[in-house]
Amino acid sequence: MKEMIEPKAKFPWGTLILSALAFLCAGVLVQRYVFGLGAMTNMSDGRGWGLWISFDLYCGVALAAGGFTLAAIVHIFHMEKYHPVVRPAILTAFLGYLLVVLALLVDLGQPWYIWRMIFNPNIHSPLYEVGWCVMLYTAVLALELSPAVFERLHWRIPLKIIGFIQIPLIIAGIVISTGHQNSLGSMLLIMTHSIDPLWYTPIIPALFFVSAMAVGPAMVVFEGTLSGAVFGHKISREVFTGLGRITSGILVVYLIMRLADLAVAGQLDMLFNRYPQNIYWWIEVGGGVILPIILFNIPKVQQSSKGMFIAAVLYIVLGLSLNRFIMSSIWLVIRPGYTYFPSWQEFAVSIGLVAWALMMFQIAVRLLPITKHHDEGESKSEHSAPEAAAAS
Amino acid sequence: MAYGVLFDGTRCIGCRACSVACKSWNENSAKVEKKTSVEGGIQGKAVVSSDTFTFMRYREIGEGDDFKWAFAKIQCMHCLKPGCETACIVGALHRNKETGAVTYDQGKCIGCRYCMVACPFGIPTYQWEDRTPWIRKCTFCSDRLNEAENGMAPACVTACPTRALQFGERDELIEEAHKRIEESKAADPAGVGKYIDHVYGEKEVGGTAWMYISSVDMTELDLPWLSEEPVTKNARTAMSLLPYYATGMLALMVGIYFITKRRQKIAAGKHEEKKG
Repeated sequence: MKEMIEPKAKFPWGTLILSALAFLCAGVLVQRYVFGLGAMTNMSDGRGWGLWISFDLYCGVALAAGGFTLAAIVHIFHMEKYHPVVRPAILTAFLGYLLVVLALLVDLGQPWYIWRMIFNPNIHSPLYEVGWCVMLYTAVLALELSPAVFERLHWRIPLKIIGFIQIPLIIAGIVISTGHQNSLGSMLLIMTHSIDPLWYTPIIPALFFVSAMAVGPAMVVFEGTLSGAVFGHKISREVFTGLGRITSGILVVYLIMRLADLAVAGQLDMLFNRYPQNIYWWIEVGGGVILPIILFNIPKVQQSSKGMFIAAVLYIVLGLSLNRFIMSSIWLVIRPGYTYFPSWQEFAVSIGLVAWALMMFQIAVRLLPITKHHDEGESKSEHSAPEAAAAS
Repeated sequence: MAYGVLFDGTRCIGCRACSVACKSWNENSAKVEKKTSVEGGIQGKAVVSSDTFTFMRYREIGEGDDFKWAFAKIQCMHCLKPGCETACIVGALHRNKETGAVTYDQGKCIGCRYCMVACPFGIPTYQWEDRTPWIRKCTFCSDRLNEAENGMAPACVTACPTRALQFGERDELIEEAHKRIEESKAADPAGVGKYIDHVYGEKEVGGTAWMYISSVDMTELDLPWLSEEPVTKNARTAMSLLPYYATGMLALMVGIYFITKRRQKIAAGKHEEKKG
């Protein structure tokens, strides 16, 4: 990590790798639109949804939850000490949602007909809600991020207008994005017999909502540590410890919900005798929920940025992403006679889109007052710009 | 009032005339498909595909004196509460209340394939090799049913030489199915009869238009075991709670905003006092 603090002296391997991945992705996309989905994916009639839905949609949307959680913590709950991390969180959420939109345009069989959902609504379809939430919340995030652009450009009037509607905008964003997390869970409710009984429950939407809330602060710890190492700016230990506490608090609620749900259904015994699914359950909940709760509350871990980082990663990778993968892919029944493992092109698209997002994040942090701003209401860009220049 | 079809496994001889009639009526190509290579003899690996709306599934069940051939005709079950219909984001899949046919309108589809994962029977298929792919599945020959005044049953039913497939009003078919089971029991001195006492599709996932009776349990023919609750129930409940959720969340956020803001002001005021 130490070497990365002085990026100037090093050959830009990171940027090189990201660009290579991004261009590979673009090449594969040409293949996809010219030859069709069958030519480059391993999806089949047996498994109509693949890696793109599990990773880009299910994990992507959940990991973008930092946007609404931090906006709520700072602007609705008025916990001012978290103010410095709001904008990075909103930027990440916005890029995350752009990534989701792009991935959906790749995954849809006929994306040029996407406008049809506006004229042929099926209000009973959870996917209909998901579609609207993606569109609306991407727009809301763009607006929430716009002050950074206006500050950079010294546009006073649009800045004032956004400042005026800021709170209603943030509240609308919270309602839409939490609704979105819910509805991704509702989508799975229809797969009553395909999702393994260890995970299928009528309260999937609520579980998705709570686990997404918990991942917001964890993502901020994760990115804050990484971008701190790359860009050299510091986030105070107090903020990190606080975010860790918030995550572990929500995770306790989540854990109780998971266990109570199994208890009510009389399925607690499955944790011990439903082999091999229970192994996955223990890795997911034991390693990804219980362990982070413990880690986030050990004073020694709270004092170490590495410790906090590991606790956050455990929850992000095992507690959240593995959970979404299990429900939308790993323990989802496949039609008899079929198997599914993603093709290299599917991986190339998913990874390449992340590479695009990372590069855009890098550019945005360099060009816009993202990590250096203090008050969104007033334009402080005049003196944050030279500061940023001095820092780099 | 809706139509149905009763499949009687004890009458089926596995001739596949139904599959041929289906291909011919729907003008589906008869090309050999990659996924249907015949392995392990006649039990095969046949599947529904964008060019195959129905096929005959064969199983060898039991050994020695208990050995028997079992057949099942696989196609869309045309559920009374179809998962695909609730799932479809654009309402391209729709159950016709008069005929009971669940049909697909490609003029609305965007290709999301939610119907494929939502179907408990694994029926909707996709034109994967096409640049402009659509969903494809059994239509219950609704283009023939619409001319019902002419008495046109689905193509597969008319082709069946042993009357293993019977087309009619669903309610009457359920009665007929139970009658056959009971009569067979009565004729058997042991009181067992040649059928398993279960009409598959009568109650599964809220009922299906296509129903099966057979001498073996239908799950042995890889039809899924399903509960009586429609697959759409939980999803529809969740969707109906949405307006309440949104209103509640909105009120909660506005409330918290004003309460914490007021607290902040009070705290700031106290701070000022101390300073002063």
